[in-house]
Amino acid sequence: MSESLPPSLATAGGVPPDPDRPAPLERGAGGAGHVAAPGRRGLPGGGLGRNLGLVIALVALGVVGVVTAGDRFASLDNVMTILRLAAIYGVLAVGMTFVITGGGIDLSVGSVLGLASVWASTLATQAMTESFHWIVMVFTALAVGVVCGVINGALIAYGKVVAFIATLAMLVAARGIAEIIANRRTQIVEVDSFLDTFRAELLGVSVSIWLFAAVAVAGWFLLNRTTFGRRTVAVGGNPEAARLAGIRVRRHTLYLYALSGLTAGIAGVMMLARTTSGSSTNGSLYELDAIAMVVVGGTLLAGGRGTIVGTVLGVLIFTTLTNIFIQNNLSTSAQSVAKGLIIVVAVLLQQRLATRTPRART
Amino acid sequence: MRGIVKHFPGAKALDGVDLEVRPGEVHCLLGQNGAGKSTLIKVLAGAHRPDSGEITWAGEPLTLTSPVAALRAGIATMYQELDVVDGLTVAENVYLGHELATAGVTQRRTVRRRVAEVLARLGHADISPQKEVGELSAAGKQVVSMARALSHDARLIIMDEPSAVLDSEEVANLFRVVRGLTAAGVAVLYISHRLEEIRQIGDRITVLKDGRTVAENLAVADTPTRELIRLMTGRAVDQVFPARTPVAAGAEEVLQVEGLGLRGSFSDVSFTVRAGEVVGLAGLVGSGRSEILETVFGARRATSGSVRVGGRTLRPGSVPAAVSAGIGLAPEERKSQGLLLDEPVYRNVTLSTFSRFAAGPVLDERGERRAAAEQIAALELRPSDPDRPIRTLSGGNQQKAMLARWLVHGCRVLLLDEPTRGVDVGARAEIYALVHALAEAGNAVVVVSSEIEEVLGLSHRVLVVAEGRVLHTGPSDEIDEHRVLDLVMEGSAA
Amino acid sequence: MSARTTARTAARTAARPARRRPVVVAGTALVAVGLLAACTSNTPVAEEETGTGQQAPAQPAVANDEPGDTVVIGFSAPAADHGWMGAITTGAIAEADKYEDVELRVAEGTNDVNVQISQIEQFINDGVDAIVLLPFDGAALTEVATEAMEAGITVVNVDREFSSPFAARTTILGDNYGMGVSAGTYVCEQLGDQPDAVVAEIAGIDSLPLTQDRSQGFADALGDCGLEVANRVAADFTVQGGQAAAANLLQAAPQIDALWNHDDDQGVGVLAAIEEAGRDEFIMVGGAGSQQVMEQIQAGDSVLQATVVYPSTQAADGIRLARLLVQEKALGDLVEVEVPREIQLFAPVVTADNVDKYLPSAFES
Repeated sequence: MSESLPPSLATAGGVPPDPDRPAPLERGAGGAGHVAAPGRRGLPGGGLGRNLGLVIALVALGVVGVVTAGDRFASLDNVMTILRLAAIYGVLAVGMTFVITGGGIDLSVGSVLGLASVWASTLATQAMTESFHWIVMVFTALAVGVVCGVINGALIAYGKVVAFIATLAMLVAARGIAEIIANRRTQIVEVDSFLDTFRAELLGVSVSIWLFAAVAVAGWFLLNRTTFGRRTVAVGGNPEAARLAGIRVRRHTLYLYALSGLTAGIAGVMMLARTTSGSSTNGSLYELDAIAMVVVGGTLLAGGRGTIVGTVLGVLIFTTLTNIFIQNNLSTSAQSVAKGLIIVVAVLLQQRLATRTPRART
Repeated sequence: MRGIVKHFPGAKALDGVDLEVRPGEVHCLLGQNGAGKSTLIKVLAGAHRPDSGEITWAGEPLTLTSPVAALRAGIATMYQELDVVDGLTVAENVYLGHELATAGVTQRRTVRRRVAEVLARLGHADISPQKEVGELSAAGKQVVSMARALSHDARLIIMDEPSAVLDSEEVANLFRVVRGLTAAGVAVLYISHRLEEIRQIGDRITVLKDGRTVAENLAVADTPTRELIRLMTGRAVDQVFPARTPVAAGAEEVLQVEGLGLRGSFSDVSFTVRAGEVVGLAGLVGSGRSEILETVFGARRATSGSVRVGGRTLRPGSVPAAVSAGIGLAPEERKSQGLLLDEPVYRNVTLSTFSRFAAGPVLDERGERRAAAEQIAALELRPSDPDRPIRTLSGGNQQKAMLARWLVHGCRVLLLDEPTRGVDVGARAEIYALVHALAEAGNAVVVVSSEIEEVLGLSHRVLVVAEGRVLHTGPSDEIDEHRVLDLVMEGSAA
Repeated sequence: MSARTTARTAARTAARPARRRPVVVAGTALVAVGLLAACTSNTPVAEEETGTGQQAPAQPAVANDEPGDTVVIGFSAPAADHGWMGAITTGAIAEADKYEDVELRVAEGTNDVNVQISQIEQFINDGVDAIVLLPFDGAALTEVATEAMEAGITVVNVDREFSSPFAARTTILGDNYGMGVSAGTYVCEQLGDQPDAVVAEIAGIDSLPLTQDRSQGFADALGDCGLEVANRVAADFTVQGGQAAAANLLQAAPQIDALWNHDDDQGVGVLAAIEEAGRDEFIMVGGAGSQQVMEQIQAGDSVLQATVVYPSTQAADGIRLARLLVQEKALGDLVEVEVPREIQLFAPVVTADNVDKYLPSAFES
């Protein structure tokens, strides 16, 4: 049962993440007298149709899992295991979806997660938490995340530092601060009220999964149904047009990074609960996972189009893949290759869609 | 080349261009922004393929499939944005893309010698082939770009606004080089909108307007500058401007601009616009007319002066302040400055008002669609589907969507920068009628246009701008095209 | 992995292909044969790796190695990004391959505690009999290991300790302080009569507790013979880090009598720097015990005179212990009838005199 590498690899790698996503844009060059095309679907942010390819990919992965690992894969326990693994990445990816849709990138989320988990688990914070309420730890983590995000956002929006550089600096600096605070030791969480709350199960489902679901639903609503989401799309799609329409582009950019910091803080809380410890190594390289999941989900890396549903599917595809590889005793190296293939296929698809779009005249 | 046509989605960029360049001459290509110069250059450089028309090269029909094909044929292009690689040396740049190499090993010595020769020929023996291009001045980079063109043995060199980045001394040197080239039989297609330069260097002129050739092979020596300006700014087809409704006596002065200045661009601009009035800004590219509009709108922060709407002074440099005071701007570059091309029409229409429809933070898309649909109907925007991506609309309809945006907002002051740029000629009348209708409805309108006819035809009063100064303010029926041209020329000469 | 008894190896390789896939039939057959052939399992017979012993080329064990009920063991360790960690995993897999009654599930190495927790959760879901776990971070994996224990799974903790005693049935550890002591004691033996001797130290990542433990042991042992560390630099366990640190150290100290380098992986860089500087006036002691270093000690033509072992066989021992625990066997050679709670391995000094003993169990860096 452990030697089934070739078939599972072939299937996993060969699943096109999005074979028949309909082009959201018109392909024909539009003269004036163009026949009215159906245009977009009614659902803002894309709707199910655009995510169909991702759903198919996920189902195909599920089939691969059942075929190669049988009941071990198909059990409810295993589904919960996948979701618990997905939860932390998922929360980060939702925040990342906003930043990328808004035309930016946040490389610092993994480090900020680490810093939040460390800061919220220092002896001082824990002592304060013991004498007051677990909310202190949560608040500390979220505050650390938001402050880091605001610094990123201020540098990018007002300091005019390129997002890649500003958040790269934060990636390095936050990791360093976390190491200094923790002195590279792992800080064990001993606040029972915190652990009891966040390690609990509700209706048989871990709190972390509920948190992920809540963040995803809130993110979906925020992106598709609120003025904040509309501004995000405008700022990412054409910042100059947004500015000349009276949208405060810089302030909104700041908010986007603050939001990403907030989700990193939430993920930090979840990491604290999952590992019952804070460590400066927490969340290392998560930024790359989160970006990959967001992009595979169909959010345009260039900004202006984002989908939370796609991001969630992207997260599930990646974590299910991880699960199947573990189930089948396959090496993480092969897993990385498969992930790389998925990213490339997804981005190629995106590019094909983009080049169908007529270019603006210069 | 004859009858070149190039379609782009939404508009025709080139609509029948004729151009004839002879060996050894400096042929100037004139035209306002958006006249189709850049597109024409790209066709010649092989970057765009024309939809119809033909190119004849030294008596033979020529099909340019790629930039490489153009270079092989002997057509080299120096783009406006200098396409040199800063990190490479002069020699490497000159031979970029056609490196001299034996079995993959570059022949550095040969390259260096040849580049030195070319540079000497260009009168720049002082530039070392081993120098990194990043260390050179803009003029130096241009020489490198030119050396690259020569290294291809080009027989036609296209220079797109080569003087834009140069100071006068450097321009003089550029001209010396150009003369040297033509003396050796190389043809130069020289693009510029600086008329004085064309006078100095050009032999013959072709004028483009709205993607067409409006005048061909004019001899520079025999064509007065005023005639050139008229050709560039005059109407391409007869447009009948609708009759203006007189501004009601005692109409409120909605917009008051006083002593407005922007360092390095314009200074001391004052004017007022009453409700129901259309005020036009006439001037050439670079006169500061667009900058004035953008500064009034707060998109640029004024260094002096004030803008008042309905008597209330606006916070300088704040678009949101201007917008909430009721100013709307339809920018010059609609696609890059105004629209979210991939988003549906209705979201473009409500881009500055969606938060007003929203209940708290929650969007009311139904309300937005309804409001957009109302404006779509009122402005006869076609096609009328509010869910269509705006990218697929024609230029004229995109412009209507821009106007619809500010109408939904309930603006009282509309700033229109080149409202008919990229709008097919036939659709312009609609835009004109619309501008008048807006004024009649009590809005204050400011129009900027490169076409003097258009400014005069649309507005009640006109401001003539040159070199960042207002030279004349007065009713538009007391001034005619010739007078405006005279003013512009005087102002530019000063 | 090399010099075990050849007869057994041959038998094993023959058995392996059959065992791996359609498994059970062949497996049970062998088990049956084994049971018939052997005495009962609880007879304590020679077993290697008792508490302190480092008799790597082991004697063929008898009773404890007799096949018993099939044991499904899940194994998880950090990413094999350096030689020692690589040897940990390959050692565990090789050890499991030796037993017909062990089915090993390897969740491949990860430095992401989130993923490692997920791996353990999957093992719990799968209902494995035992888990051998070298956590990336002991504290972070404690809860999930406790859950496994509560689910009735035997957890064997390797190298990096959990923060709770309930998280593992038994723990097998190296001895970082002891490494320092061994190295210090060896240096004292060599230089004890020179009170002015210059002793230098190249540590690993300085802020890690294990580095601090090693340095403390070294300082304590040197103190016993009146020496102290004159020059100390820290590297980062990598070759280039070792090279840079050593180059600086050699610049700073024109005359050295003894040098202890904490880690043989970074030692490759340290030796490169020494060669570059053309220095050979001192003796050098390594750490961890890589195969290359031992071969150099054996050759005796470099400054490298000795190394201190930090056994990379810990995980392999973990596999054995897990099997014994599930099959309810005891550790051979001990009178005690249960596997001990904690086993701390010895950190012996390897010199040209005894290198033959340790070379077979050394890891390739």
